[in-house]
Amino acid sequence: MKIAEDNPSTLSALDRPNSYIGRSVPRPNMGRLLQGRAQYVSDVTLPRMAHVAFVRSPHAHARISSMDGALAKKAPGVIAVVTGAELAEVITPWVGVLTHLKGLKSAPQHAIAVERACWAGEAVCAVVARTRAEAEDACELVQVDYEELPAVTDPETALDSGTRVIHPEIGDNLCFERVHIAGDPDQGFKNADAVVEHTFVFGRHTGVCNEPRAIVADWNPGEARMTVYQGTQAPHMMQNLFAKHLELAEHQVRVVTKDVGGSFGIKVHTYADEMATVALSKLLKRPVKFVADRIESFVTDIHARDHRIHAKIGVKNDGTITAWEIDDLTGIGPYSVYPRTSGIEANQVVNLTGGPYTCGNYRARARVVFQNKNVMCQYRAVGHPIATAVTEGLIEMAAVKIGMDPLEIRRRNLIADDAHPSQGPSGIKFEALSHHSSLAHLDSMMNYAGLRAEQEKLRKQGIYRGIGFAQFIEVTNPSAAFYGVGGAKISAQDGATVRLDATGAIFCHTGVSEQGQGAEAVIAQCVATSFGVPMDRVRVIMGDTDNTPYGGGTWASRAAGIGGEAAWQAGKALRQNVLAVAGSILQAKPETMDIRNGVVVDLDTGKERIGLDEVARIAYFRPDTLPPGFQAELMATRHYVPRAWAFAFTNGIQASYLEVDTDSGFVKLLKHWCVEDCGTVINPQLVDEQIRGGIVQGIGAALFEQCLYDSRGQMLNGNMADYLVPMAMEMPDMECGHVVTPTADSELGAKGAGEAGTAGAPGAVMNAINDALRPLGAKPLTDMPFTPDKVLRALGKI
Amino acid sequence: MSAPTHQITLTVNGETVSETVEARKTLVDFLREDLFLTGSHVGCEHGVCGACTVRVDGAVVRGCLMLAAQCDGARVETIEGVSDGGEIADLQAAFEKRNALQCGFCTPGMLLTAQELLAGGGVPSREKIREHISGNYCRCTGYQAIVDAIEAVAMARAGGEK
Repeated sequence: MKIAEDNPSTLSALDRPNSYIGRSVPRPNMGRLLQGRAQYVSDVTLPRMAHVAFVRSPHAHARISSMDGALAKKAPGVIAVVTGAELAEVITPWVGVLTHLKGLKSAPQHAIAVERACWAGEAVCAVVARTRAEAEDACELVQVDYEELPAVTDPETALDSGTRVIHPEIGDNLCFERVHIAGDPDQGFKNADAVVEHTFVFGRHTGVCNEPRAIVADWNPGEARMTVYQGTQAPHMMQNLFAKHLELAEHQVRVVTKDVGGSFGIKVHTYADEMATVALSKLLKRPVKFVADRIESFVTDIHARDHRIHAKIGVKNDGTITAWEIDDLTGIGPYSVYPRTSGIEANQVVNLTGGPYTCGNYRARARVVFQNKNVMCQYRAVGHPIATAVTEGLIEMAAVKIGMDPLEIRRRNLIADDAHPSQGPSGIKFEALSHHSSLAHLDSMMNYAGLRAEQEKLRKQGIYRGIGFAQFIEVTNPSAAFYGVGGAKISAQDGATVRLDATGAIFCHTGVSEQGQGAEAVIAQCVATSFGVPMDRVRVIMGDTDNTPYGGGTWASRAAGIGGEAAWQAGKALRQNVLAVAGSILQAKPETMDIRNGVVVDLDTGKERIGLDEVARIAYFRPDTLPPGFQAELMATRHYVPRAWAFAFTNGIQASYLEVDTDSGFVKLLKHWCVEDCGTVINPQLVDEQIRGGIVQGIGAALFEQCLYDSRGQMLNGNMADYLVPMAMEMPDMECGHVVTPTADSELGAKGAGEAGTAGAPGAVMNAINDALRPLGAKPLTDMPFTPDKVLRALGKI
Repeated sequence: MSAPTHQITLTVNGETVSETVEARKTLVDFLREDLFLTGSHVGCEHGVCGACTVRVDGAVVRGCLMLAAQCDGARVETIEGVSDGGEIADLQAAFEKRNALQCGFCTPGMLLTAQELLAGGGVPSREKIREHISGNYCRCTGYQAIVDAIEAVAMARAGGEK
C-alpha cells in the first residue's frame, strides 16, 4: 500500500517500456465533442424517419374510460395513433423482479398503459407523425376520458389496511422487505454508555442528464432486423430485452450507442416509452424517433432515493461503537423497474450501513413500497449516499454526545488496514481496504487542525463555519452476484477483441461503453500498454452489439476494472501472436523478443528487429513467404469477470468545509476534499474528475435537488427552473488524494471510482452544516435537501 | 390547419441560407433540423441549461429562446463554424488537456460562453469565471476542470501575466 500523488511522475508496477498505466493522457474522443461534431442519438436522422409523441396521464392513478384518436388521425402529418391495447399486440409486458431478492414482487408493466394509468406522466397513447411538432399538435386532439382513482402517495401509509392496493393481483403495496440481524444488537445497545437515535430523510431526486433519453428504432422488414440507436449504458442488455419482448431472436436486434449526453444510472433501465418506440417501428415498418423533452424527463426518467430511515447507534465513552440499527422505508412508484428492480437501493442500504467499522451488532429492516408516483430505480452510487449519511451522521452525533473529536471516534472503530480480508456488519466481504491510511492522508491534506483553529476564531466573530466528514465504502467491479444470479440477463463479464490492422495499428473492440467517463481512453491505455504501441495507434470500437464482444456496458463502476482487464489481457495475447509471426519472419524465438512503441525488438537489448507495419504487410499480403504450415493469427479475444470477490469494494473519506449564513439560511461551500482508494489508478486525471463530478452530484442531493409531489401525486417542479441543480457559482473547488490498494482479482488491480464522490458528499455536507450550527443550539438537520428554510427552522428563526 | 411560415435569409457560419420556417420554430431547432448543424444541443428548452448557446450578430444567445423567424438578416455562428474559424482553438485544447468535459453535451455552449468572457480581455478571477458560466449546466464535471481550463487560457492569452 502506498500513498500516490494526484499525478504520479513515476510509473506503476505495471510498467512496460511504453506504459500508459498511471498516466493522465487525454481521451481520444474529445475532438468531436469539442467541435460540435459528436453524434448523440438526438442528432440521428434516418430516411423515412417518423417521430413519436405520447399522450400522458395527467392523473396519478386513473382508469382510462374511453379514448378517441379520430381527430388526431386526421391532423397534418400524422402517420398513426396507437393505443396501449393496440401496441400490446406487438410487444409483451414485463415484470421487474430478481430471484435473489427474495419475495420481491411487482405487476406486469406495458409499453403504453392499458386500461389504467398508475402515475402522472405514464403514456396512454402514442401519436406518430412526420415531425415531433406535428405529433405533439395531434396529441392535443386525442380525447381521453379518465375515471380518477385514489392515489397512494405517502410511503408511511402505503401498507395501512385502509390504503388502496395499487395492484390487487399481488396482494398488497409491499414490493420487497429485507430484515438482517447480525451479532447481538440488543446486548450491544445495553453495553452502550450513550445511545443516539435519529430519523434521516433523503429526498426523491433524479439524474437530469443534459441530453434527455433518446432512441431511434429502425425495423427493416426486408432483412427482418431491428436496429436501435439508443443512448444506453448497456447495449447488450437492451438487445436481449428488445428481442425478448418483440419476440425476435437476439441476432435480429442490433443496438448502436454512439455519444451519450450523460447517464449516471438513468440510462441503464427499461423505459416504457422507449419500448413503445421500438414496437411502433416494427408496427409501422419505418424508423421512429423518440427524444424525451425536459418535462417528460422529469416525470419518466427514474427517480432515486426517497428513503426515510429511523436509525440508532450505541457507543461507549471510549468511543467504541456497540450496536447499529436502521429501519428504512422507501417508496418506488407503481412498478419495480425492469430488469434491475427497484429493490436494489434499499438492499444496498442494508448492505452498506456501518460498513467501514468493526462493530458487528446490527439490526436492519428495509421495506420498499409501491406508490402512484414516477418509478424509482438505481442512480449513481445506488444506496451509498444514504447508508453513508446515516452511518456518518450517527457517528458524528455520537462523538458530540461523548465529547470526542469526529476523526478520533472513527480511528477507534474503523476496520484496521491490516485486518483484511474482513467483512462488514451485513456480511459483505472486503478483500483489502485502507480506511486508516485514507483518514490520515485526508487529515494532513486538509490541515484539519488548522481549520479547527480557524473555525473557532471565526465563531467569535459570529461567522459559522462547519467541518464534516464521511468515511465510505463503494461497490465496484460487480460479479454475477449483482444481477446474473437473480436471473437477469445482464452480463457481469466483459470481452475485448484486439486486431492488428494492415499498417500495424490496433483496433480494440470492447463490450464496455462510454458516456463521458473516459472508458475509451482507459481501454486504449490498457491495450497500448500491454500490446506495445503508442496510444495514437489504437482505435477503440464500442457501443455496437453487432461489432463488440458480449458485455455488460458501463455501470456500477465496472468499465475500467472489468473492461480494462479484458483489454489488457487481449493486448497481451495479441502480442504473443504477433511475436510468433515476427519470429517466423526473422527465424528467431518469439520469447526472445518484445513489442515496444510499435516495433518488434530484442527483449534483452531493446534493439529494433522489425516494425509492426512490416509484420502486418507480410502477414496480410505476402503470407506465401511465411514457412509452410504457419498461420498468422492477428486477432485475439479475452474475457474477464471478477471471480474471487462478489464486488471489489473501494473505500475513502471526504470532508466538507462550509459556512452557513444564519440570517438567510444559505450554505456556502468553501472547500471539499476526498481521499479515495480505487486500487491501481489507470488514469489519475480521469479518476479525479469522476470523483469531482460525483461529489457535485452528491452536493446537489444535499442542498438543492428534490422532486416535489403533492398529496395527489402531481410532480410540482418538473422543469429546470424549479428543480434546482448544482451550477458553477455555488460549487467549491475539490481536492483529491489517493491511497492505492490494488485488487488481486485481476492483473491490473484496478477498482472503480465512479460512485465514490456521490457516496460520501451528502453525508459530509450534512455533518458540516450540523457542525456549523451546533454552537447555536440548532436541532441536527437530517432531512435532505438542506434548503435555506430548513436551516432557518433548525435555528428557530422561522 | 397548417402552421404559419416565414421566409428568412441569414448567414450561418458565413454561408447564406434562405429557408421557409414555421413561425413557432426556435433557432436551435432550425439549426439542428433544417441545417443539420447538430453541435448546438437542446437540453431544457426554456433558457436555463445553456446547451443551445449560439452567437447571433456576435452576441451569445439561447437558441431555444429565440425564434428562427427573428433571425432574418442576422449573422448566426454555431460551434461548428467557430471551431473551423480557429477562434477558440486554444480554449478547445485547454478543455481537452484538463478533461473539462465528460459527456460533452454542454461543451459547445460552455465554450461559446467562456469565449464571450475571455473576449473581454484580462484574467478574470475564478469567482468571475464561475459567475459567467453559471447559466451553463454541466452534470458531469463538477465545473472545477472547466474553471481551470478557462483560467489557463485567460492567463495564456494575457501573455502568462496575471
